[in-house]
Amino acid sequence: MTPQNIIIKNGTVFDPVNRIDGEVMDIAVSNGKIVERVNESSAIVIDASGKVVLAGGVDIHSHIAGPKVNMGRILRPEDHYRNLKPKTAVKRSGVGTSCPSTFTTGYDYSEMGYTTVFEPANPPLKMLHVIDELNDTPMLDKACYPLFGNNWHVMEYLKDNRHDELAAYVAWMLKSVKGYAVKLVNPGGVENWKWGGETTPLDEPVKHFDVTPRQIIQGMCNAVKRLNLPHQMHIHANMLGTPGNYETALETLDSVRQIAGANDGKPVIHLTHVQFNIYGGTNWMNLSSGAEHLAKYINNHNHASIDIGQIVFSDTTTMTADGPFEFKLQGMTGARWINGDIEAETGCGIVPIHYKKSNYVHAIMWITGLEASLMIDDPWKVCMTTDHPNGGYFTTYPRVMAWLMSKKARQKLTNKVNKRARSKTALESLDREYTFSEVLISTRAGTARLLGLKNKGHLGVGADADIAIHDLDFRKIDPSTTPRKFRKAMQKAVYTIKDGEIVVKDGEVVKSVPGRIYWADAKVSDDLARTVETDLRQKFQDYYTVQMSNYIIAEKHIVNSTPVRVNAEV
Amino acid sequence: MQTYQDVVCTVCGCLCDDIEVDVDGNKVMKARNACAMGTSKFLSYTHDRIETPMVRKNGSTQPANLDEAVTKVAEMLVNAKYPAIYGLALSSCEAVKVAIELTEEVGGVMDNQSVVCHGPGVLGLHEIGVSTCSLGEIKHRADLIICWGCNPDEAHPRHFERYSYTAKGRWRNGKADRKLVVVDVRQTSTARKADKFVQIDQGKDYELVNALRTALRNEQIQQEKVAGVPVEDIEELAELLRNAEFGVILFGLGVTQTVGKGRNIDGLFSLTRDLNKYTKFQIMPARGHFNVNGVNEVSAWQTGFPYGIDFSHGYPWYNPGETTVTDIVRRGENDAMLVIASDPIAHFPKDLANRIRKSPLAAIDPVHSVTTLVADVVIPSAFAGIECEGIAYRMDGVALPLKKVVEPSQGVLSDEDILKKILGKVRELKGRSG
Repeated sequence: MTPQNIIIKNGTVFDPVNRIDGEVMDIAVSNGKIVERVNESSAIVIDASGKVVLAGGVDIHSHIAGPKVNMGRILRPEDHYRNLKPKTAVKRSGVGTSCPSTFTTGYDYSEMGYTTVFEPANPPLKMLHVIDELNDTPMLDKACYPLFGNNWHVMEYLKDNRHDELAAYVAWMLKSVKGYAVKLVNPGGVENWKWGGETTPLDEPVKHFDVTPRQIIQGMCNAVKRLNLPHQMHIHANMLGTPGNYETALETLDSVRQIAGANDGKPVIHLTHVQFNIYGGTNWMNLSSGAEHLAKYINNHNHASIDIGQIVFSDTTTMTADGPFEFKLQGMTGARWINGDIEAETGCGIVPIHYKKSNYVHAIMWITGLEASLMIDDPWKVCMTTDHPNGGYFTTYPRVMAWLMSKKARQKLTNKVNKRARSKTALESLDREYTFSEVLISTRAGTARLLGLKNKGHLGVGADADIAIHDLDFRKIDPSTTPRKFRKAMQKAVYTIKDGEIVVKDGEVVKSVPGRIYWADAKVSDDLARTVETDLRQKFQDYYTVQMSNYIIAEKHIVNSTPVRVNAEV
Repeated sequence: MQTYQDVVCTVCGCLCDDIEVDVDGNKVMKARNACAMGTSKFLSYTHDRIETPMVRKNGSTQPANLDEAVTKVAEMLVNAKYPAIYGLALSSCEAVKVAIELTEEVGGVMDNQSVVCHGPGVLGLHEIGVSTCSLGEIKHRADLIICWGCNPDEAHPRHFERYSYTAKGRWRNGKADRKLVVVDVRQTSTARKADKFVQIDQGKDYELVNALRTALRNEQIQQEKVAGVPVEDIEELAELLRNAEFGVILFGLGVTQTVGKGRNIDGLFSLTRDLNKYTKFQIMPARGHFNVNGVNEVSAWQTGFPYGIDFSHGYPWYNPGETTVTDIVRRGENDAMLVIASDPIAHFPKDLANRIRKSPLAAIDPVHSVTTLVADVVIPSAFAGIECEGIAYRMDGVALPLKKVVEPSQGVLSDEDILKKILGKVRELKGRSG
């Protein structure tokens, strides 16, 4: 069925990309795209007066699918019992809060006005699993970031200084396992952990491989740049969750400054969930926020972007490819622990956690995330995330938005957090309140730009008709003084339109659509592609326990497979 | 003659994916690289096949056409208050997805073979979590392999050569660089190959695990023997574990389905966790049926729960012991049962088998089984991985694509397609009844 034409009338439109800041105007939709105008007599008319009309939310980093999320689901039946969703005429049933089932994930995002969510950490060996879960995650356009930071081929190419082949290998991998962007998690540290070792600072060679994390970071950053991939290198830095680690974060960012070259405004590195990576202090007792150091760096450099990984006080589940970090965490908290190492590629760890206001460390974490959000001046460099579910569930986004927009909302919670933590924070002195447009930049316009999604994150003619309409009338609701009302309005969209179809009405899914799966198809020179394939054929059997042909994922396994073709420089 | 490369074997949880299958005129001639079990399946998949759908009429089952059989099953499910849908460990994940949707539609309970195999392992996981890895990690790094209550030599014949004891890995050159320890109640063929065999008293696994944990902490064990094993041996074993560079425990039904069940696994997971304080240690269930892991995975992402999923409230609910099919049958709660690619009448205890037969029973299976013999409706299906495609999950969670190497007999559909037909019919009937 071709989607019908739609006119959204008299809505208050916010579209930072096109510099529209609360203008009352009509938006027309035809064939899944935003168009200049449509014939009114044959179109569905939505009266959006007194409501805001926005591009659908675009999440740059949310763990929604794949082997580790599923292990989290299996680990925590008690997490599911808190939220039981019966089947309806349109919706499949589901459960879950921090690790919701796939259908529920899609519905909850869509009902919140989000239309695109990217899954940020996947072991290539298990990518068929990831894809299969994403196929079952409706309502959203999706993509995944395969993990490269502890990959044997990567480390060997780097050791041999074969940078062209490295780039071609990355292209081969993305194409083979249908990945969209390159993700590094604790480069080098996870390989060490597979012998029980620790996460390492940037200049300590990886055991048995004789390359340093710094070489991996620089080499991969360079490879991604030369491939012209739509999204820059996405990195979870070394030393995550360690007091004093802001220095490693800054070193990581600075290690690739040269690669950006002449500043054309396109960042080469995305440092993810920075909140976990920018602590000051020397131990857990004197832990402090290092947000100002990061903010200063980001404010002075244009080659880097970040997302926050804000924590929200709640009972949630931490999950990451950073196995050694989770091992340390379980040692500290004594909570249940899952570890899952993947041959020749990466690792994984899962530990449930309850972030408590009264806990000094948790309070510092909460403060750190908000300080980073508020101290970095340019919202185009900052994406709002909770690193779902690591900092909090994605369904808490409206709460985080309210903290950004309302000093009052922040203060209310600051009054309740651990007193010692509070005494050490600059948060209370920060008067900045995000404008609504700034929130939209950090939740859709900016994230779409960083992901290279030209047709998303805005409402210009030709954009995908992914639209959210929220019951938010700024004449009646001032987010700064009535943050609760603002939060409520952002929690449930009045309408969500996906590819030109109305999929949510009055906060309820009315139509289920499958969404697309994007992946990057970077064209490298034929010679180079052949060389890499020969290299792989020689080593594959030794490194893996599956055949190379079964490692490669056929497009037929993907619902709405959408390759993004780019021409590489190699 | 056509040769298919890199075919995935669909017998055990090893899912060896290097099988070369020669096909001539829609007949499998040869299956190279497969073990005895795999070869046997590839070469004799045509034996014992159910020829036609069967429906019980006037007391005896009679041949019927597919639509008639599908309608019967749909009616059975729609008329039931609490139907159970069971099996699928020998089917594809695509079929699992439809089975879940069907169970949700009829408000029944969906369960799989985990309930009688590694389900207790899941209970242990809820309590402790687990430190595990992909099979290649064992191949490259393990210098100590413990087989506890499992017998891979006979149940997973290529496990050692492809993934563990005798496999050649990056840092381990076969068995010269590894030690094999077997903990079992009898000297299995795996035990005969072991560097160390620890024979324990039947039903005493929990005691031995905890004695090991005690010894590992250098605490005194106030007994001469635990589980029939002298304390000196236990202390020696604890030393061996602690001094391994990379150890792994493979466990099987010998420990999940004996006295203590989930508690045994709780203990083994805790032991593994303790060991990670000293060295690197992993643990992995040696899954039996080739896709039992896939049923758990798909169930978990679609419903949140890996087995024993109850839809009678409209949402998924899980409480092992209450919503697991063995317990439901024992309490006589289900009033119909659909079995897919499984043989509960043969495998369940006799009193449960008798109870299953008291209510309407339908079975979808490629071959005759005790369940298909007594079922009221039988629908023949194609073999996943031979006659139809699909996805299956290896014991370590690696998803692999199953190949179709021959055409199924005329009119024989995959489990997925049969279940889709049943689901369609159920919706039609429910629509009609208002």
